[in-house]
Amino acid sequence: MSGSVLLAPPPVGRATLLARPAAKVGLGIVLLFLLVCAAAPLLAPYDPYAQDLMHALAGPSALHPLGTDQYGRDVLSRVLYGARYALFAVIVGDGLALVLGSTLGLLAGYIGGAVDAVIMRLVDILLAFPYLLLALILVAALGPSLLHSLIAIGIVYTPQYARLIRGQVLTVRQSDFVRATRALGASTSRVLLRHVTPNSLSPVVVMATLQAGSVIIETAGLSFLGLGAQPPSPDWGALLADGQNYFLTAWWIATFPGLAIFCVVLGFNLFGDALRRAFDPRAQ
Amino acid sequence: MLLGVSVVVFVAMHLLPGDVATLLLGDRATAASLARLRHQLGLDQPVFVQYWRFLAGALSGDFGTSLRDNRPALGEVLEAFPTTVELTVSALALAVAIGLPLGVFAAFREGTWLDTAITTPTLFGVSMPVFWLGLMALLLFSEKLGWMPTGGLMPIGAHMPDRTGFSIIDAFLTGNASLIWQAIRHLLLPAATLATIPLALITRITRGEVLASMHLDHVRTARAKGLPEGRVRRAHILRNALIPIVTVIGLQLGLLLSGAFLTETIFSLPGLGRLMVDAILARDYPVVQTGAIFIAGLFVLVNFAVDISYGLLDPRVRRKGTR
Repeated sequence: MSGSVLLAPPPVGRATLLARPAAKVGLGIVLLFLLVCAAAPLLAPYDPYAQDLMHALAGPSALHPLGTDQYGRDVLSRVLYGARYALFAVIVGDGLALVLGSTLGLLAGYIGGAVDAVIMRLVDILLAFPYLLLALILVAALGPSLLHSLIAIGIVYTPQYARLIRGQVLTVRQSDFVRATRALGASTSRVLLRHVTPNSLSPVVVMATLQAGSVIIETAGLSFLGLGAQPPSPDWGALLADGQNYFLTAWWIATFPGLAIFCVVLGFNLFGDALRRAFDPRAQ
Repeated sequence: MLLGVSVVVFVAMHLLPGDVATLLLGDRATAASLARLRHQLGLDQPVFVQYWRFLAGALSGDFGTSLRDNRPALGEVLEAFPTTVELTVSALALAVAIGLPLGVFAAFREGTWLDTAITTPTLFGVSMPVFWLGLMALLLFSEKLGWMPTGGLMPIGAHMPDRTGFSIIDAFLTGNASLIWQAIRHLLLPAATLATIPLALITRITRGEVLASMHLDHVRTARAKGLPEGRVRRAHILRNALIPIVTVIGLQLGLLLSGAFLTETIFSLPGLGRLMVDAILARDYPVVQTGAIFIAGLFVLVNFAVDISYGLLDPRVRRKGTR
């Protein structure tokens, strides 16, 4: 086993990463999503909060390509601005899980002993909850808001990162090149930062990309239940909840935000899958 | 594990910022009324005492009373429980009944257009927000086509005796064919919605595992010694692929319970998910606490059952267990 770890991982070239059409589609969607987030004010035809009660609940038309909601707000503009909420969710929710989980995993894997036992027991307990239930309990305790729902989502996804990193650290720690580095007299911090961390990183990047899609869905789900982003913010989940009340008469209010969630999550999943294949030669 | 679960729920409910008494009475409550309520709820006691009282109560079946209607919290949870079980079990049954054969079929036709036709939609399936899919299904099948009811467990005005709490079982107990049909019809759309993601995952994993075990050495040996292809597939390929597949099916429970929260909201089903969300929005924390422990406890028990089932499928695990 250790022999294979000794070999340097094959370089991840653009060619391997984007070899399959699905990977190109995934990357394309993710880039488009980032572009929309950055350029939402330029792309949106209207102010996402501007009400126009004269044109409330109007169907898709040249004036409003995706129709208007019950207050006459332009659905296209709201969906475009909603992308920023989704990106915010990925950065805060996925980011929090990554930082918390990686730290716990590194500590558990490298220190071992009682620290490992305590951390992993906590992780097991968190994993004993269905993930949305845990998020609901935390939101119930903190009170419904976008930031609280993201903290909850971050904690919910922490155990997976912790487990992954711990496993990586345990493997890398035992590998010949780390033992060789230690034999050469490198300090613990140098081994951790220069050798263990970089070598544990690629599966983390893969997981972060794949989790980004889940985080977007979960956050939207909490907002949909009224526990995340609150009206009138154009969060996709909140838009869907809004649209649910009118979907028999104005199907477009709920349809387009949901379509946006689906496309972006598909993009992250396709791209994450391609990353996994590129980083893990066994998956090819 | 269950103890750990109860600690997490308790800590979340009691130690995180946000005073329950203020939440309940609002910002304009007087200090005296806040203190009275805290005393009533036992919140003026030290945390350890509170936890002990909570645990002792829970062990004797007393989980406190709902702050909304003063009924026992456990009663409300138990009342909502059958609906959630009915929904998740039928969704899982649908997902397994369709996903397993589809995955096996795709694996044995690897690389053909049939394989692509099965695997591509599964990729879409795992990216689908279940709450949006539910709304779209309602729009299409209930509103536009009129094939399905728009929500609830039974048509409004239908009289059905509530004996077990499970609408389909109750309908069967009446022996009335139209009630049975109504009960199934009302559950079909929510169950199909909830089954989407597990169905996609089960199909993908089944295909992957069957493909992996197709190329194992013992399969080649079995073919070389002239076993008929059907027997090679059943006894050597599928049997081997089954363990990881069962694991994945077991893992779907968390996903299903999470999805059930959203599905129940969309289809207005009076299940645990709906109860929990309503309780959270109304800050009815005894019900939230009871529901959370109940669901998490159930989840732990089912995972335990999945673990045990490995022994039935894999002789290696069985031997390790008895040693």
